[in-house]
Amino acid sequence: MSEDVLFQLTNVRKSFVKGKEKIPIFDNLDMGIAQGDFVAIMGPSGSGKTTLLNMLGGVDQPSGGEIWFDGARIDALSESALTRWRAENIGFIFQFYNLMPMLNAQRNVELPLLLTKLSKIRRRKNVETALALVGLSDRAKHMPGEMSGGQQQRVAIARAIVSDPKLILCDEPTGDLDRGTADEILEMLQLLNRDHGKTIVMVTHDPAAAKYAKRTLHLDKGQFVQREVVA
Amino acid sequence: MNDLYLIYKNMTRKPLRLFLTCFAIFIAFLIFGAVTSLKSALNSGVELSADNRLVVFNRINFTKSLPIAYYQKVAAVAGVKDVTHLNWFGGYYQEPAKQIVSMAVEPESYLRVYEEVIIPEAQKQAWLNNRQGALVGEKLAEMYGWKIGDRIPVSSNIFTHKDGGYTWEFIVSGIFKGDNEQYDTRQMLFHYQYFMETQTFGGDWIGWMALTTDDPSLNEKVAKAIDDSFANSQNETDTSTEEAFNKAFIEQIGNIGLIIFSVVFTAFFTILVVVGNTMALSIRERTGEIAVLKTLGFSSTRIFRMVLSESMLIALIGGLSGLAAAWLLVEGGKTFLARFLPNLILGGNIALQALVFMLLLGLVTGLLPAFNALRLNIATAFNRQQ
Repeated sequence: MSEDVLFQLTNVRKSFVKGKEKIPIFDNLDMGIAQGDFVAIMGPSGSGKTTLLNMLGGVDQPSGGEIWFDGARIDALSESALTRWRAENIGFIFQFYNLMPMLNAQRNVELPLLLTKLSKIRRRKNVETALALVGLSDRAKHMPGEMSGGQQQRVAIARAIVSDPKLILCDEPTGDLDRGTADEILEMLQLLNRDHGKTIVMVTHDPAAAKYAKRTLHLDKGQFVQREVVA
Repeated sequence: MNDLYLIYKNMTRKPLRLFLTCFAIFIAFLIFGAVTSLKSALNSGVELSADNRLVVFNRINFTKSLPIAYYQKVAAVAGVKDVTHLNWFGGYYQEPAKQIVSMAVEPESYLRVYEEVIIPEAQKQAWLNNRQGALVGEKLAEMYGWKIGDRIPVSSNIFTHKDGGYTWEFIVSGIFKGDNEQYDTRQMLFHYQYFMETQTFGGDWIGWMALTTDDPSLNEKVAKAIDDSFANSQNETDTSTEEAFNKAFIEQIGNIGLIIFSVVFTAFFTILVVVGNTMALSIRERTGEIAVLKTLGFSSTRIFRMVLSESMLIALIGGLSGLAAAWLLVEGGKTFLARFLPNLILGGNIALQALVFMLLLGLVTGLLPAFNALRLNIATAFNRQQ
């Protein structure tokens, strides 16, 4: 495995059992993601995009094969070890933002830091930095319900980066936004990748969104059918 | 921000629902506190009965008297440690409505048999040496403002004084306390000899006897020996433990235990179902949020603890405020009901019992939602959300 490879999937298999039927999703899937990469994964519904993202994020386990992250194998980790691994290494951005409705922006961003040993002052400082980075310092005390979709997604981005993870996983991050706002969000992701060295894997339906990534992988029926480099 | 803050924010996200849930629990513990205090007050005689104390009544019924000669015979039965005799006076103060639990007793043996009667030595001696003297319970003295040395006229609704009237004059020799808060000190004791010499019914009888045995294990044997020794006489006896007698006496006005149990159980069951359903619903609504927390790296056990703590807190907030309201109710009712239920208190044991029930309520209602949160599969939860 090359030194700058962050993620390596080897012969990954995944299937679901529905009643007595076994539905295969992936069969011997191979994939590598380098440190500092920005990968868009596209494909039709049911192609396995989200399942792949879930496996990369450690919220779903493969049925077979190996997944390596930063030199360590993660597919065999226990649930609690995987939970710790996620907290330390992964930032998540969801299509519907998934902010806690009863917490203001500042508290939402602070959530991942509750899993660290940082002091209260340090946590506050990190939250302020993350909110400043997404341009929402003046909205720190606003509740999610008081913000637009784009602003909520920016809070979600701040939450994803506040603990300085190595990898950011985005599941249709602009799927619920208008074009203009979507572009703002994608530019922000691009900035995080380019200027802050964050590795990003983004699942999207939108070819315009995929153009912001360094390369795009097309999934169909559990296999990569096309690999293209955009930038 | 910490976990407690998250629990608080989750709890208060729907204030009306929180209020209604807490109010339901409040009502349950208000009922529990008030009704259990009432039950305890009614049963205090039973609960305070000494393990080794027996009572000997006339077999016909407890209002029938026994010959005084029985006293010495009972004292001689093997296993009897001490024995005393008592006569019901049927006293009242000033008017028949102001009834007083008043008894003519053999003073020295009475104080030996009823060790829970606490009286300063000087007052005890003053009573023993004054045939007209009376020992008055603290609550009774407080009720009528009696002090040591006061001359108090007490009338009987049963007996006639030799002077033709119904009123006896006693001198307050001492004021006694009980060895615990629930002991009924709303009573009065005076000399058997003085009573016998001043009433018109003759002087060779006693109302009943109370005795202590050397050991509670001897109770049954001693009771049988006493009843056997008076078998086939004109006045057969019925000997039982004081506890059994008091219980039987209380149960004449209904099976209080069953009524209390039914009311409390029904209220609790209803509350349990309502709160359990509300909690489960509230957690189900948050499935997506729980999945997000897990995705961010919150461990399953941490989320389990948070959900369980939330239900525990709700149970404690509702329960403790209900218990506090019950305490206020009991304290308020105390003055009003003092004449009928002198031992009406919401004591530490009831509060402790209520606390255990609160924790159980929180545990039972929170366990299932917490367990569901613990087992929640992130991918499935997100699929359900979409």
